[in-house]
Amino acid sequence: MFWKSTYNEFIKIAAKPRSYIGLAAISALVSVILFAMKVDGKTYISFITSSFEQTLTFEGDILNGDLIAFIILQMLIIHVPLLVALVTGDLVSGEAAMGSLRMLATKPISRSSLLMSKFLAGGAYTLVILLWLGFMALGVGHILFGSGDLMVLNSDGLVILQNADLAWRFLGGFGVAYLALLTIATLSITLSCFSDNSIGPIVTTMAIILFFTIIGTLDVPVFDNIRPFLFTSHMIAWRSFFEEPFPIETIQQSVIILVVHIVVLIGVALFKFNKKDILS
Amino acid sequence: MSDKIIEVKQLAKYYGKFKAVEDVSFDVYPGDVFGFLGPNGAGKSTTIRTMLSLITPTSGETRLFGRDLAHHRSYILSRIGCIVEKPDFYKYLSAQKNLEIFGRISGASITRSKIGEMLEFVGLKGREKDKVAGFSHGMKQRLGIAQTLLHDPELIILDEPTTGLDPQGIIDIRNLILQLKNERNKTVVLSSHILSEIELIANRMVIINKGRSLVQGSVSELLNNQELIVRIELDDLQKALQVMSDRWPQLEIEATGPNSLLIHLSHEIIPQVNNSLSAAGVNVFAIESKRKLEDYFLKLVKN
Repeated sequence: MFWKSTYNEFIKIAAKPRSYIGLAAISALVSVILFAMKVDGKTYISFITSSFEQTLTFEGDILNGDLIAFIILQMLIIHVPLLVALVTGDLVSGEAAMGSLRMLATKPISRSSLLMSKFLAGGAYTLVILLWLGFMALGVGHILFGSGDLMVLNSDGLVILQNADLAWRFLGGFGVAYLALLTIATLSITLSCFSDNSIGPIVTTMAIILFFTIIGTLDVPVFDNIRPFLFTSHMIAWRSFFEEPFPIETIQQSVIILVVHIVVLIGVALFKFNKKDILS
Repeated sequence: MSDKIIEVKQLAKYYGKFKAVEDVSFDVYPGDVFGFLGPNGAGKSTTIRTMLSLITPTSGETRLFGRDLAHHRSYILSRIGCIVEKPDFYKYLSAQKNLEIFGRISGASITRSKIGEMLEFVGLKGREKDKVAGFSHGMKQRLGIAQTLLHDPELIILDEPTTGLDPQGIIDIRNLILQLKNERNKTVVLSSHILSEIELIANRMVIINKGRSLVQGSVSELLNNQELIVRIELDDLQKALQVMSDRWPQLEIEATGPNSLLIHLSHEIIPQVNNSLSAAGVNVFAIESKRKLEDYFLKLVKN
Protein backbone atom coordinates (compact mmCIF):
# COMPACT_ATOMS: atom_id res chain seq x y z
CA MET A 1 0.00 0.00 0.00
CA PHE A 2 2.92 2.35 0.77
CA TRP A 3 4.33 2.11 -2.76
CA LYS A 4 0.88 2.54 -4.31
CA SER A 5 0.40 5.65 -2.23
CA THR A 6 3.86 6.91 -3.24
CA TYR A 7 2.96 6.34 -6.89
CA ASN A 8 -0.20 8.38 -6.27
CA GLU A 9 1.89 11.19 -4.84
CA PHE A 10 4.16 11.18 -7.91
CA ILE A 11 1.12 11.44 -10.17
CA LYS A 12 -0.30 14.32 -8.17
CA ILE A 13 2.97 16.26 -8.15
CA ALA A 14 3.44 15.65 -11.87
CA ALA A 15 -0.09 16.86 -12.64
CA LYS A 16 0.00 19.97 -10.44
CA PRO A 17 0.80 23.15 -12.39
CA ARG A 18 2.77 24.64 -9.49
CA SER A 19 5.29 21.79 -9.71
CA TYR A 20 6.55 23.30 -12.95
CA ILE A 21 7.08 26.79 -11.53
CA GLY A 22 10.40 25.69 -10.03
CA LEU A 23 11.62 24.09 -13.25
CA ALA A 24 10.52 27.11 -15.28
CA ALA A 25 12.15 29.54 -12.85
CA ILE A 26 15.43 27.62 -12.91
CA SER A 27 15.36 27.41 -16.71
CA ALA A 28 14.72 31.16 -17.00
CA LEU A 29 17.31 32.20 -14.43
CA VAL A 30 20.06 29.92 -15.69
CA SER A 31 19.34 30.95 -19.27
CA VAL A 32 19.68 34.60 -18.33
CA ILE A 33 22.97 33.95 -16.51
CA LEU A 34 24.33 31.85 -19.41
CA PHE A 35 23.33 34.55 -21.89
CA ALA A 36 24.98 37.26 -19.79
CA MET A 37 28.15 35.19 -19.45
CA LYS A 38 28.23 34.48 -23.17
CA VAL A 39 27.89 38.16 -23.98
CA ASP A 40 29.91 39.75 -21.22
CA GLY A 41 31.54 36.93 -19.28
CA LYS A 42 35.13 37.96 -19.89
CA THR A 43 34.54 41.40 -18.31
CA TYR A 44 32.94 39.70 -15.32
CA ILE A 45 35.89 37.30 -14.93
CA SER A 46 38.54 39.98 -15.37
CA PHE A 47 36.81 41.96 -12.62
CA ILE A 48 37.26 38.97 -10.28
CA THR A 49 40.83 38.15 -11.36
CA SER A 50 42.12 41.73 -11.57
CA SER A 51 43.40 41.69 -8.00
CA PHE A 52 45.53 38.59 -8.77
CA GLU A 53 46.86 39.58 -12.17
CA GLN A 54 49.92 41.35 -10.72
CA THR A 55 51.07 38.16 -8.97
CA LEU A 56 49.55 35.40 -11.17
CA THR A 57 49.36 34.69 -14.84
CA PHE A 58 46.22 32.93 -16.05
CA GLU A 59 46.61 30.68 -19.08
CA GLY A 60 43.83 28.96 -21.01
CA ASP A 61 40.14 29.73 -20.89
CA ILE A 62 39.12 30.51 -17.32
CA LEU A 63 35.57 31.22 -18.48
CA ASN A 64 34.47 27.63 -19.00
CA GLY A 65 31.38 25.54 -18.31
CA ASP A 66 32.66 24.38 -14.93
CA LEU A 67 33.19 27.90 -13.65
CA ILE A 68 29.82 28.98 -14.99
CA ALA A 69 28.16 26.01 -13.27
CA PHE A 70 29.90 26.86 -9.99
CA ILE A 71 28.80 30.50 -10.21
CA ILE A 72 25.22 29.50 -11.03
CA LEU A 73 25.08 27.03 -8.15
CA GLN A 74 26.41 29.64 -5.78
CA MET A 75 23.84 32.17 -6.94
CA LEU A 76 20.80 29.91 -7.04
CA ILE A 77 21.25 27.33 -4.31
CA ILE A 78 20.07 29.95 -1.78
CA HIS A 79 16.88 30.56 -3.76
CA VAL A 80 16.04 26.99 -4.73
CA PRO A 81 14.61 26.24 -1.23
CA LEU A 82 11.72 28.57 -2.03
CA LEU A 83 11.00 26.63 -5.21
CA VAL A 84 11.14 23.34 -3.31
CA ALA A 85 8.97 24.58 -0.42
CA LEU A 86 6.41 25.86 -2.92
CA VAL A 87 5.55 22.24 -3.71
CA THR A 88 6.53 20.30 -0.59
CA GLY A 89 4.90 22.77 1.83
CA ASP A 90 1.63 22.08 0.07
CA LEU A 91 1.74 18.28 0.20
CA VAL A 92 -0.28 17.83 3.40
CA SER A 93 -1.85 21.23 4.09
CA GLY A 94 -2.85 21.74 0.45
CA GLU A 95 -4.79 18.49 0.60
CA ALA A 96 -6.29 19.49 3.93
CA ALA A 97 -7.41 22.80 2.42
CA MET A 98 -8.78 21.08 -0.67
CA GLY A 99 -10.55 18.38 1.39
CA SER A 100 -8.89 15.45 -0.37
CA LEU A 101 -6.89 14.62 2.78
CA ARG A 102 -10.19 13.65 4.37
CA MET A 103 -10.83 11.19 1.55
CA LEU A 104 -7.29 9.77 1.70
CA ALA A 105 -7.49 9.31 5.46
CA THR A 106 -10.63 7.18 5.18
CA LYS A 107 -8.77 4.63 3.06
CA PRO A 108 -7.25 1.51 4.60
CA ILE A 109 -3.71 2.85 4.58
CA SER A 110 -1.99 3.83 7.81
CA ARG A 111 -1.40 7.52 8.35
CA SER A 112 2.31 6.83 8.76
CA SER A 113 2.45 5.20 5.31
CA LEU A 114 0.44 8.05 3.85
CA LEU A 115 2.81 10.64 5.27
CA MET A 116 5.98 8.71 4.42
CA SER A 117 4.81 8.41 0.83
CA LYS A 118 4.50 12.20 0.76
CA PHE A 119 8.02 12.54 2.18
CA LEU A 120 9.35 10.17 -0.48
CA ALA A 121 7.56 12.01 -3.27
CA GLY A 122 8.71 15.36 -1.88
CA GLY A 123 12.28 14.05 -1.77
CA ALA A 124 12.00 12.86 -5.37
CA TYR A 125 10.67 16.24 -6.48
CA THR A 126 13.56 17.96 -4.70
CA LEU A 127 15.95 15.68 -6.56
CA VAL A 128 14.31 16.53 -9.88
CA ILE A 129 14.68 20.26 -9.16
CA LEU A 130 18.36 19.82 -8.26
CA LEU A 131 19.06 17.58 -11.26
CA TRP A 132 17.43 20.14 -13.53
CA LEU A 133 19.56 22.87 -11.98
CA GLY A 134 22.60 20.62 -12.51
CA PHE A 135 21.66 19.90 -16.10
CA MET A 136 21.02 23.55 -16.92
CA ALA A 137 24.16 24.81 -15.15
CA LEU A 138 26.64 22.04 -15.86
CA GLY A 139 25.21 20.42 -18.99
CA VAL A 140 24.19 23.51 -20.93
CA GLY A 141 27.19 25.38 -19.46
CA HIS A 142 29.56 22.75 -20.93
CA ILE A 143 27.78 22.87 -24.30
CA LEU A 144 28.10 26.64 -24.50
CA PHE A 145 31.46 27.22 -22.82
CA GLY A 146 33.31 23.89 -22.92
CA SER A 147 35.19 22.48 -19.93
CA GLY A 148 38.39 23.47 -18.21
CA ASP A 149 40.09 23.99 -14.87
CA LEU A 150 37.98 25.57 -12.15
CA MET A 151 39.08 28.70 -10.41
CA VAL A 152 37.41 29.11 -7.02
CA LEU A 153 37.73 32.19 -4.91
CA ASN A 154 37.08 31.61 -1.23
CA SER A 155 37.96 33.24 2.09
CA ASP A 156 41.42 31.60 2.15
CA GLY A 157 42.31 32.78 -1.32
CA LEU A 158 42.25 31.42 -4.83
CA VAL A 159 42.03 27.67 -5.51
CA ILE A 160 42.65 26.23 -8.96
CA LEU A 161 41.18 22.75 -9.43
CA GLN A 162 42.23 20.58 -12.36
CA ASN A 163 39.52 19.68 -14.84
CA ALA A 164 40.15 15.95 -14.29
CA ASP A 165 39.54 16.51 -10.58
CA LEU A 166 36.12 18.13 -10.96
CA ALA A 167 33.58 15.40 -11.71
CA TRP A 168 33.61 13.83 -8.24
CA ARG A 169 33.62 17.27 -6.61
CA PHE A 170 30.50 18.31 -8.50
CA LEU A 171 28.91 14.95 -7.71
CA GLY A 172 29.71 15.29 -4.01
CA GLY A 173 28.68 18.95 -4.02
CA PHE A 174 25.34 18.11 -5.57
CA GLY A 175 24.92 15.28 -3.05
CA VAL A 176 25.37 17.58 -0.04
CA ALA A 177 23.27 20.29 -1.71
CA TYR A 178 20.54 17.67 -2.12
CA LEU A 179 20.74 16.85 1.57
CA ALA A 180 20.38 20.54 2.41
CA LEU A 181 17.38 20.90 0.11
CA LEU A 182 15.91 17.69 1.50
CA THR A 183 16.08 19.27 4.96
CA ILE A 184 14.07 22.20 3.62
CA ALA A 185 11.58 19.83 1.99
CA THR A 186 11.25 17.87 5.25
CA LEU A 187 10.81 21.06 7.26
CA SER A 188 8.06 22.33 4.96
CA ILE A 189 6.22 18.97 4.94
CA THR A 190 6.44 18.85 8.74
CA LEU A 191 5.04 22.38 9.01
CA SER A 192 2.41 21.31 6.51
CA CYS A 193 1.12 18.76 9.04
CA PHE A 194 0.34 21.60 11.46
CA SER A 195 -1.68 23.65 9.02
CA ASP A 196 -4.87 23.42 7.00
CA ASN A 197 -3.93 26.05 4.44
CA SER A 198 -1.27 25.72 1.78
CA ILE A 199 0.37 29.14 2.05
CA GLY A 200 1.17 29.05 5.78
CA PRO A 201 3.80 26.27 5.71
CA ILE A 202 5.54 27.76 2.66
CA VAL A 203 5.81 31.21 4.22
CA THR A 204 6.80 29.75 7.61
CA THR A 205 9.54 27.65 5.99
CA MET A 206 11.01 30.72 4.32
CA ALA A 207 10.68 32.72 7.57
CA ILE A 208 12.58 30.02 9.48
CA ILE A 209 15.33 29.91 6.84
CA LEU A 210 15.60 33.70 6.97
CA PHE A 211 15.60 33.77 10.77
CA PHE A 212 18.25 31.06 11.14
CA THR A 213 20.37 32.55 8.36
CA ILE A 214 20.40 35.91 10.12
CA ILE A 215 21.32 34.27 13.43
CA GLY A 216 24.00 32.29 11.63
CA THR A 217 25.58 35.29 9.99
CA LEU A 218 25.34 37.64 12.98
CA ASP A 219 28.83 37.79 14.38
CA VAL A 220 27.66 37.96 17.99
CA PRO A 221 29.21 35.57 20.55
CA VAL A 222 25.87 34.76 22.18
CA PHE A 223 24.94 32.72 19.09
CA ASP A 224 28.30 30.91 18.85
CA ASN A 225 27.04 27.81 20.64
CA ILE A 226 23.93 27.29 18.56
CA ARG A 227 25.28 28.38 15.18
CA PRO A 228 26.93 25.01 14.31
CA PHE A 229 23.62 23.23 14.93
CA LEU A 230 21.45 25.38 12.69
CA PHE A 231 20.71 23.62 9.41
CA THR A 232 21.09 26.93 7.60
CA SER A 233 24.75 26.98 8.62
CA HIS A 234 25.19 23.84 6.51
CA MET A 235 23.21 24.91 3.46
CA ILE A 236 26.41 25.91 1.70
CA ALA A 237 28.37 22.85 2.83
CA TRP A 238 28.43 21.71 -0.84
CA ARG A 239 31.06 24.43 -1.43
CA SER A 240 33.50 22.51 0.77
CA PHE A 241 33.89 20.02 -2.10
CA PHE A 242 35.71 22.78 -4.00
CA GLU A 243 38.25 23.54 -1.31
CA GLU A 244 41.86 22.47 -0.95
CA PRO A 245 42.87 20.78 1.26
CA PHE A 246 39.65 18.79 1.12
CA PRO A 247 37.76 19.45 4.44
CA ILE A 248 36.34 15.97 4.99
CA GLU A 249 35.57 16.55 8.68
CA THR A 250 33.62 19.73 7.95
CA ILE A 251 31.61 17.89 5.32
CA GLN A 252 30.97 14.92 7.62
CA GLN A 253 29.78 17.25 10.37
CA SER A 254 27.42 19.05 7.96
CA VAL A 255 26.02 15.75 6.69
CA ILE A 256 25.40 14.54 10.24
CA ILE A 257 23.67 17.79 11.27
CA LEU A 258 21.46 17.76 8.17
CA VAL A 259 20.56 14.06 8.56
CA VAL A 260 19.71 14.58 12.24
CA HIS A 261 17.44 17.47 11.25
CA ILE A 262 15.71 15.32 8.66
CA VAL A 263 15.18 12.41 11.06
CA VAL A 264 13.89 14.62 13.89
CA LEU A 265 11.57 16.54 11.55
CA ILE A 266 10.14 13.32 10.11
CA GLY A 267 9.58 12.04 13.67
CA VAL A 268 7.73 15.22 14.65
CA ALA A 269 5.63 15.08 11.47
CA LEU A 270 4.69 11.42 12.03
CA PHE A 271 3.69 12.11 15.63
CA LYS A 272 1.58 15.13 14.67
CA PHE A 273 -0.02 13.54 11.60
CA ASN A 274 -1.00 10.37 13.47
CA LYS A 275 -2.63 12.43 16.25
CA LYS A 276 -4.21 14.97 13.93
CA ASP A 277 -7.99 15.32 13.93
CA ILE A 278 -8.91 15.82 10.30
CA LEU A 279 -11.58 18.50 10.47
CA SER A 280 -11.17 20.13 7.09
CA MET B 1 -19.38 -12.26 16.61
CA SER B 2 -21.99 -9.54 16.74
CA ASP B 3 -24.61 -9.35 13.98
CA LYS B 4 -24.37 -5.57 14.09
CA ILE B 5 -22.36 -3.80 11.42
CA ILE B 6 -21.92 -0.70 13.55
CA GLU B 7 -22.05 -0.39 17.33
CA VAL B 8 -21.46 3.05 18.77
CA LYS B 9 -21.60 3.29 22.54
CA GLN B 10 -21.56 6.49 24.57
CA LEU B 11 -19.38 8.28 22.09
CA ALA B 12 -18.01 11.65 23.18
CA LYS B 13 -15.70 14.17 21.58
CA TYR B 14 -14.64 17.35 23.38
CA TYR B 15 -12.59 20.23 22.04
CA GLY B 16 -11.45 21.82 25.25
CA LYS B 17 -14.66 22.80 27.02
CA PHE B 18 -16.75 22.52 23.87
CA LYS B 19 -18.66 19.25 23.69
CA ALA B 20 -19.14 18.47 20.00
CA VAL B 21 -20.53 15.03 20.87
CA GLU B 22 -21.51 14.16 24.42
CA ASP B 23 -23.31 10.83 24.45
CA VAL B 24 -24.18 9.17 21.17
CA SER B 25 -25.11 5.49 20.93
CA PHE B 26 -26.69 3.56 18.09
CA ASP B 27 -26.55 0.26 16.22
CA VAL B 28 -26.72 -0.47 12.52
CA TYR B 29 -27.63 -3.90 11.16
CA PRO B 30 -26.73 -5.51 7.81
CA GLY B 31 -29.06 -4.37 5.03
CA ASP B 32 -30.19 -1.23 6.83
CA VAL B 33 -30.55 2.12 5.22
CA PHE B 34 -29.86 3.88 8.46
CA GLY B 35 -30.82 7.51 8.87
CA PHE B 36 -28.61 9.65 11.03
CA LEU B 37 -30.80 12.62 11.70
CA GLY B 38 -30.18 15.84 13.54
CA PRO B 39 -30.22 19.59 13.09
CA ASN B 40 -27.10 21.44 11.96
CA GLY B 41 -24.48 21.37 14.70
CA ALA B 42 -26.02 18.33 16.41
CA GLY B 43 -22.78 16.35 16.10
CA LYS B 44 -23.57 14.19 13.07
CA SER B 45 -20.37 14.91 11.15
CA THR B 46 -18.21 14.59 14.27
CA THR B 47 -19.75 11.18 14.99
CA ILE B 48 -19.23 10.03 11.41
CA ARG B 49 -15.63 11.28 11.43
CA THR B 50 -14.91 9.27 14.58
CA MET B 51 -16.45 6.19 12.90
CA LEU B 52 -13.95 6.65 10.07
CA SER B 53 -10.96 7.39 12.34
CA LEU B 54 -10.65 10.94 11.05
CA ILE B 55 -11.13 12.11 14.62
CA THR B 56 -10.00 10.47 17.84
CA PRO B 57 -12.93 10.33 20.29
CA THR B 58 -12.52 11.60 23.83
CA SER B 59 -14.38 8.56 25.14
CA GLY B 60 -16.77 5.84 24.07
CA GLU B 61 -16.55 2.76 21.96
CA THR B 62 -16.92 2.32 18.21
CA ARG B 63 -17.08 -1.18 16.77
CA LEU B 64 -17.58 -1.93 13.11
CA PHE B 65 -17.97 -5.44 11.69
CA GLY B 66 -17.59 -6.68 15.26
CA ARG B 67 -14.13 -5.19 15.67
CA ASP B 68 -12.80 -2.26 17.64
CA LEU B 69 -11.96 0.65 15.33
CA ALA B 70 -8.98 1.73 17.40
CA HIS B 71 -7.21 -1.60 16.84
CA HIS B 72 -8.49 -2.76 13.43
CA ARG B 73 -8.57 0.48 11.47
CA SER B 74 -7.29 -0.83 8.14
CA TYR B 75 -9.46 -3.97 8.20
CA ILE B 76 -12.56 -1.90 8.93
CA LEU B 77 -11.84 0.88 6.43
CA SER B 78 -11.23 -1.66 3.66
CA ARG B 79 -14.91 -2.68 4.04
CA ILE B 80 -16.31 0.85 4.03
CA GLY B 81 -16.98 3.34 1.28
CA CYS B 82 -17.75 6.86 2.38
CA ILE B 83 -18.36 10.47 1.54
CA VAL B 84 -17.78 12.83 4.45
CA GLU B 85 -19.56 16.16 3.94
CA LYS B 86 -18.67 16.42 0.24
CA PRO B 87 -16.38 14.57 -2.07
CA ASP B 88 -13.28 16.70 -2.67
CA PHE B 89 -11.36 15.43 -5.65
CA TYR B 90 -8.17 16.62 -7.29
CA LYS B 91 -9.54 19.29 -9.59
CA TYR B 92 -6.52 19.20 -11.90
CA LEU B 93 -7.05 15.48 -12.60
CA SER B 94 -9.69 13.72 -14.69
CA ALA B 95 -12.55 11.74 -13.17
CA GLN B 96 -10.81 8.51 -14.15
CA LYS B 97 -7.42 9.54 -12.69
CA ASN B 98 -9.14 10.53 -9.46
CA LEU B 99 -10.83 7.16 -9.19
CA GLU B 100 -7.52 5.43 -9.99
CA ILE B 101 -5.83 7.35 -7.16
CA PHE B 102 -8.45 6.51 -4.55
CA GLY B 103 -8.93 2.99 -5.88
CA ARG B 104 -5.21 2.25 -5.66
CA ILE B 105 -5.28 2.68 -1.86
CA SER B 106 -8.71 1.17 -1.29
CA GLY B 107 -7.31 -2.23 -0.40
CA ALA B 108 -8.66 -3.95 -3.52
CA SER B 109 -7.36 -4.42 -7.03
CA ILE B 110 -9.23 -1.89 -9.16
CA THR B 111 -9.20 -2.35 -12.91
CA ARG B 112 -10.01 0.28 -15.52
CA SER B 113 -13.09 -1.67 -16.52
CA LYS B 114 -14.29 -1.55 -12.90
CA ILE B 115 -13.80 2.23 -12.93
CA GLY B 116 -15.74 2.41 -16.20
CA GLU B 117 -18.51 0.30 -14.71
CA MET B 118 -18.80 2.57 -11.68
CA LEU B 119 -18.80 5.72 -13.80
CA GLU B 120 -21.59 4.22 -15.87
CA PHE B 121 -23.52 3.29 -12.71
CA VAL B 122 -23.49 6.90 -11.51
CA GLY B 123 -24.27 8.31 -14.94
CA LEU B 124 -20.86 9.76 -15.75
CA LYS B 125 -19.99 7.55 -18.69
CA GLY B 126 -18.36 9.63 -21.39
CA ARG B 127 -17.01 12.17 -18.87
CA GLU B 128 -14.16 10.01 -17.56
CA LYS B 129 -11.44 12.01 -19.32
CA ASP B 130 -12.83 15.39 -18.23
CA LYS B 131 -11.10 17.25 -15.44
CA VAL B 132 -13.07 17.39 -12.20
CA ALA B 133 -12.58 21.17 -12.12
CA GLY B 134 -15.31 21.43 -14.75
CA PHE B 135 -17.80 19.21 -12.91
CA SER B 136 -20.96 20.55 -11.29
CA HIS B 137 -21.61 19.86 -7.61
CA GLY B 138 -24.06 17.12 -8.55
CA MET B 139 -21.52 15.44 -10.84
CA LYS B 140 -18.89 15.56 -8.10
CA GLN B 141 -21.38 14.02 -5.71
CA ARG B 142 -22.06 11.19 -8.19
CA LEU B 143 -18.34 10.74 -8.76
CA GLY B 144 -18.04 10.56 -4.97
CA ILE B 145 -20.52 7.69 -4.92
CA ALA B 146 -18.56 5.94 -7.68
CA GLN B 147 -15.46 6.34 -5.53
CA THR B 148 -17.20 4.78 -2.52
CA LEU B 149 -18.23 1.74 -4.56
CA LEU B 150 -14.94 1.01 -6.31
CA HIS B 151 -13.72 -1.64 -3.87
CA ASP B 152 -17.20 -3.14 -3.44
CA PRO B 153 -17.56 -2.26 0.27
CA GLU B 154 -20.26 -3.77 2.46
CA LEU B 155 -21.00 -0.53 4.26
CA ILE B 156 -21.52 2.87 2.67
CA ILE B 157 -21.47 5.99 4.82
CA LEU B 158 -22.81 9.16 3.24
CA ASP B 159 -22.65 12.37 5.22
CA GLU B 160 -25.19 14.93 3.99
CA PRO B 161 -24.97 13.66 0.39
CA THR B 162 -27.65 15.96 -1.01
CA THR B 163 -26.42 19.23 0.49
CA GLY B 164 -26.19 21.93 -2.16
CA LEU B 165 -27.83 19.89 -4.90
CA ASP B 166 -30.69 21.09 -7.07
CA PRO B 167 -34.02 19.16 -6.89
CA GLN B 168 -33.08 16.88 -9.80
CA GLY B 169 -29.68 16.20 -8.20
CA ILE B 170 -31.38 15.29 -4.92
CA ILE B 171 -33.68 12.85 -6.71
CA ASP B 172 -30.70 11.34 -8.59
CA ILE B 173 -28.73 10.78 -5.40
CA ARG B 174 -31.78 9.39 -3.61
CA ASN B 175 -32.36 6.92 -6.43
CA LEU B 176 -28.69 5.93 -6.38
CA ILE B 177 -28.89 5.21 -2.66
CA LEU B 178 -31.99 3.07 -3.15
CA GLN B 179 -30.20 1.22 -5.95
CA LEU B 180 -27.28 0.55 -3.61
CA LYS B 181 -29.66 -1.01 -1.11
CA ASN B 182 -31.92 -2.87 -3.53
CA GLU B 183 -29.58 -3.95 -6.32
CA ARG B 184 -26.24 -4.21 -4.58
CA ASN B 185 -27.35 -5.22 -1.07
CA LYS B 186 -25.29 -2.55 0.61
CA THR B 187 -25.81 -1.30 4.13
CA VAL B 188 -26.08 2.46 3.97
CA VAL B 189 -25.67 5.01 6.74
CA LEU B 190 -27.07 8.32 5.65
CA SER B 191 -26.70 11.47 7.70
CA SER B 192 -28.95 14.37 6.98
CA HIS B 193 -30.77 17.30 8.49
CA ILE B 194 -33.39 16.96 5.74
CA LEU B 195 -36.19 15.04 7.37
CA SER B 196 -38.05 14.04 4.23
CA GLU B 197 -34.88 12.48 2.87
CA ILE B 198 -34.58 10.12 5.83
CA GLU B 199 -38.29 9.41 5.81
CA LEU B 200 -38.22 8.45 2.14
CA ILE B 201 -35.08 6.33 2.16
CA ALA B 202 -34.26 4.98 5.61
CA ASN B 203 -35.75 1.95 7.34
CA ARG B 204 -34.07 2.65 10.68
CA MET B 205 -32.75 5.84 12.22
CA VAL B 206 -31.27 7.62 15.17
CA ILE B 207 -32.08 11.21 16.02
CA ILE B 208 -29.37 13.24 17.67
CA ASN B 209 -29.38 16.74 19.07
CA LYS B 210 -26.78 18.77 20.97
CA GLY B 211 -24.36 15.85 20.85
CA ARG B 212 -26.74 13.31 22.31
CA SER B 213 -28.73 10.52 20.71
CA LEU B 214 -32.39 10.99 21.57
CA VAL B 215 -34.08 7.98 20.04
CA GLN B 216 -33.35 5.15 17.62
CA GLY B 217 -35.39 2.44 15.96
CA SER B 218 -37.44 1.60 12.90
CA VAL B 219 -38.61 4.71 11.04
CA SER B 220 -42.15 3.35 10.49
CA GLU B 221 -42.56 2.26 14.11
CA LEU B 222 -41.29 5.53 15.47
CA LEU B 223 -43.66 7.44 13.23
CA ASN B 224 -46.71 5.20 13.62
CA ASN B 225 -46.54 5.36 17.40
CA GLN B 226 -47.20 9.03 17.18
CA GLU B 227 -50.56 10.79 17.04
CA LEU B 228 -51.13 12.21 13.57
CA ILE B 229 -52.61 15.44 12.39
CA VAL B 230 -54.79 14.60 9.40
CA ARG B 231 -56.09 17.21 6.99
CA ILE B 232 -59.28 16.20 5.17
CA GLU B 233 -60.71 17.93 2.12
CA LEU B 234 -64.45 17.35 1.70
CA ASP B 235 -67.60 18.92 0.28
CA ASP B 236 -69.88 19.26 3.34
CA LEU B 237 -68.05 20.59 6.34
CA GLN B 238 -71.04 20.91 8.70
CA LYS B 239 -72.19 17.36 8.12
CA ALA B 240 -68.62 16.10 8.52
CA LEU B 241 -68.23 17.92 11.84
CA GLN B 242 -71.50 16.44 13.02
CA VAL B 243 -70.51 12.89 12.02
CA MET B 244 -67.11 13.21 13.61
CA SER B 245 -68.28 14.66 16.92
CA ASP B 246 -71.03 12.02 17.23
CA ARG B 247 -68.71 9.10 16.53
CA TRP B 248 -65.47 10.35 18.18
CA PRO B 249 -66.39 13.03 20.70
CA GLN B 250 -62.95 12.85 22.29
CA LEU B 251 -61.10 13.88 19.09
CA GLU B 252 -59.74 17.37 18.63
CA ILE B 253 -61.26 18.69 15.40
CA GLU B 254 -60.57 22.05 13.82
CA ALA B 255 -62.17 23.56 10.71
CA THR B 256 -59.43 25.20 8.70
CA GLY B 257 -61.53 26.38 5.73
CA PRO B 258 -64.94 26.02 4.09
CA ASN B 259 -64.00 22.55 2.82
CA SER B 260 -61.20 21.33 5.07
CA LEU B 261 -60.61 20.27 8.61
CA LEU B 262 -57.75 19.07 10.80
CA ILE B 263 -58.17 16.11 13.13
CA HIS B 264 -55.72 14.86 15.77
CA LEU B 265 -55.95 11.08 15.74
CA SER B 266 -53.95 7.89 15.71
CA HIS B 267 -52.85 6.13 12.55
CA GLU B 268 -55.28 3.19 12.69
CA ILE B 269 -58.43 5.38 12.92
CA ILE B 270 -57.93 6.99 9.51
CA PRO B 271 -59.79 4.27 7.50
CA GLN B 272 -62.72 4.37 9.93
CA VAL B 273 -62.98 8.15 9.56
CA ASN B 274 -63.02 7.81 5.80
CA ASN B 275 -65.69 5.08 5.91
CA SER B 276 -67.92 7.04 8.34
CA LEU B 277 -67.79 10.21 6.25
CA SER B 278 -68.55 8.28 3.06
CA ALA B 279 -71.43 6.43 4.74
CA ALA B 280 -72.90 9.78 5.81
CA GLY B 281 -72.77 11.03 2.20
CA VAL B 282 -69.82 13.36 2.66
CA ASN B 283 -67.55 13.29 -0.37
CA VAL B 284 -63.87 13.05 0.65
CA PHE B 285 -61.41 14.48 -1.86
CA ALA B 286 -58.17 14.14 0.07
CA ILE B 287 -56.80 12.79 3.33
CA GLU B 288 -53.32 14.06 4.14
CA SER B 289 -51.36 12.87 7.13
CA LYS B 290 -49.44 15.86 8.45
CA ARG B 291 -47.61 14.47 11.44
CA LYS B 292 -44.60 12.93 9.86
CA LEU B 293 -41.01 12.89 10.74
CA GLU B 294 -40.80 16.65 10.82
CA ASP B 295 -43.27 16.97 13.67
CA TYR B 296 -41.81 14.02 15.49
CA PHE B 297 -38.34 15.42 15.11
CA LEU B 298 -39.31 18.91 16.27
CA LYS B 299 -41.17 17.48 19.24
CA LEU B 300 -38.11 15.47 20.28
CA VAL B 301 -35.67 18.32 19.75
CA LYS B 302 -37.85 20.80 21.66
CA ASN B 303 -38.20 18.41 24.57
